[in-house]
Amino acid sequence: MSTTTAWSPDQPIVSIKDVYKSFGELEVLKGITIDVMKGEVICIIGPSGSGKSTLIRCINALNDINSGSIKVKGMEVNDVDLDKLELRKKVGMVFQQYNLFPHKTALENIMMAPLKVLNQPLEEVEEKARKLIERVNLVGKESSYPGELSGGQQQRVAIARSLAMNPEVMLFDEVTAALDPETVNEVLLAIKDLAQKGMTCILVTHEMGFAREIADHIYFTDRGVIVEHGPPATFFTDAKDPRTQEFLSQIL
Amino acid sequence: MKLHQKPNMPTDLPVLKPFVVAGSKTWSMETFGTITADRRILIACAIFLMAWLSVDVVYAQLQSDSSQSAFATLVKWTPLMLLGPPGQLGGFVLNIVVSFIAMALGTFMGLWLGLGQISLNPIVRRSSWAITQLFRNSPWLVLLFYIMLLMPFRVTIGGVEFDIPGWWKAAFALSLPIMANISEIVRGAIASIPTGQWESAESLAFSRTQTIWQIILPQCVKRMLPPWMNWYCILTMSTPLVSILGVSDGMSLTQDALAAESRSEFLIPMYLWLMSWFFIYSYPIAKLTRRLEHRFAVNE
Repeated sequence: MSTTTAWSPDQPIVSIKDVYKSFGELEVLKGITIDVMKGEVICIIGPSGSGKSTLIRCINALNDINSGSIKVKGMEVNDVDLDKLELRKKVGMVFQQYNLFPHKTALENIMMAPLKVLNQPLEEVEEKARKLIERVNLVGKESSYPGELSGGQQQRVAIARSLAMNPEVMLFDEVTAALDPETVNEVLLAIKDLAQKGMTCILVTHEMGFAREIADHIYFTDRGVIVEHGPPATFFTDAKDPRTQEFLSQIL
Repeated sequence: MKLHQKPNMPTDLPVLKPFVVAGSKTWSMETFGTITADRRILIACAIFLMAWLSVDVVYAQLQSDSSQSAFATLVKWTPLMLLGPPGQLGGFVLNIVVSFIAMALGTFMGLWLGLGQISLNPIVRRSSWAITQLFRNSPWLVLLFYIMLLMPFRVTIGGVEFDIPGWWKAAFALSLPIMANISEIVRGAIASIPTGQWESAESLAFSRTQTIWQIILPQCVKRMLPPWMNWYCILTMSTPLVSILGVSDGMSLTQDALAAESRSEFLIPMYLWLMSWFFIYSYPIAKLTRRLEHRFAVNE
């Protein structure tokens, strides 16, 4: 078990090495290795149940791993002494089901973590939250409760809420899968904006067109292993593995 | 024989038809319907009418007598039954005071016990569970006897002696089953919050304690309020139990009044009179609980 080491910008900001994870008898991840450089956008695609979501949930220690190593900015996630709170301050996450706090308004949802976790002053936090609301194009919805917002709007609040913690890496777990088709685009635009501004993003997605457009690198997983990976330009046209070819032919 | 016969087709098999008295209106479940708000008020009025009638009956019966009328007797004893002896806390008001104290104590202890039930520490979790089960499944009266006999009637704190009034002990005893039931309500409400809430809070670097107090529990309040109010009503209805242990509550003083009058005709009107106070007090709470349940169920 390795421990936390110093990190320099020439090293991957997220380094996943030979990760194994099983739930009881069920092996979900069977030796996954991925390196993500700062500012990179990577997309993980693959059939349902291939372990994509489990993999990104391991990056911020929502799931623990059985063996291998995940380092986020030099911090070893697979370490009994891991300071999970420190790790999670570096890693933001957006979920398929938004998971906004229903008893708080959109603005309060965004402000809560910086206020309570980082203990930042109220004025500063509120100013930042209003800027984030603007950034995800939700001006006018500050005092709406999640129940009053559409799925797409809720998901954008969830993105802003994560960004309020100034994370260095953002994880997106099938964030458009639960959305109505007409609201998918507004969420994708918000993510694209983030990616273009240099945020390191790891996405699990079924939006192939989007993946092709924004990803620097695409990983295809099936049954717990990475079958194939490459930059989108070659990945979508020159897939070599028959499993990738089959998946792409079904989805494209 | 065809298995799927059309309804209303003649058949030679014996069929049990709804009983209808010739010439009468047909009764169905719809006739009774659900108990609507209007009907609840009707029921309330009926009970009051009953109380009033029984007073009247006794009044009429006693008119011929030379002694005081039933109505005048009721009026005479009402201040005692309601407020207790002059200068002392007692009567129906004491029932309410005991219910307040027991509820406040029970809620406070129950919240912590409920949180104990979801503790990550197995010792805390199991002992909280055991305490909850113990007090949830014990008869209230037995608990009352236990506490009344177990707790001292006088304590010395820093050289000063304090008397512990019986009703304090009674309130504490009644708070124990409330504590256990609130503990279950807290545990259940927390369990009913979707795991996504925990996960998103965790991913925002909230600690477990912060997650519970700032994200989970505030969402539980709405879910816990109706059962909490329900338990308050049950508790209030149970406070006359303390009369068995010599606390001068409404029940106890009603018995005293009856003993002083020593006339069996007064039994029914006096107890009805006392009962109607409990009813007037609890009925609006029960009604509000139902309204809240309905509203929260819709808005969830």
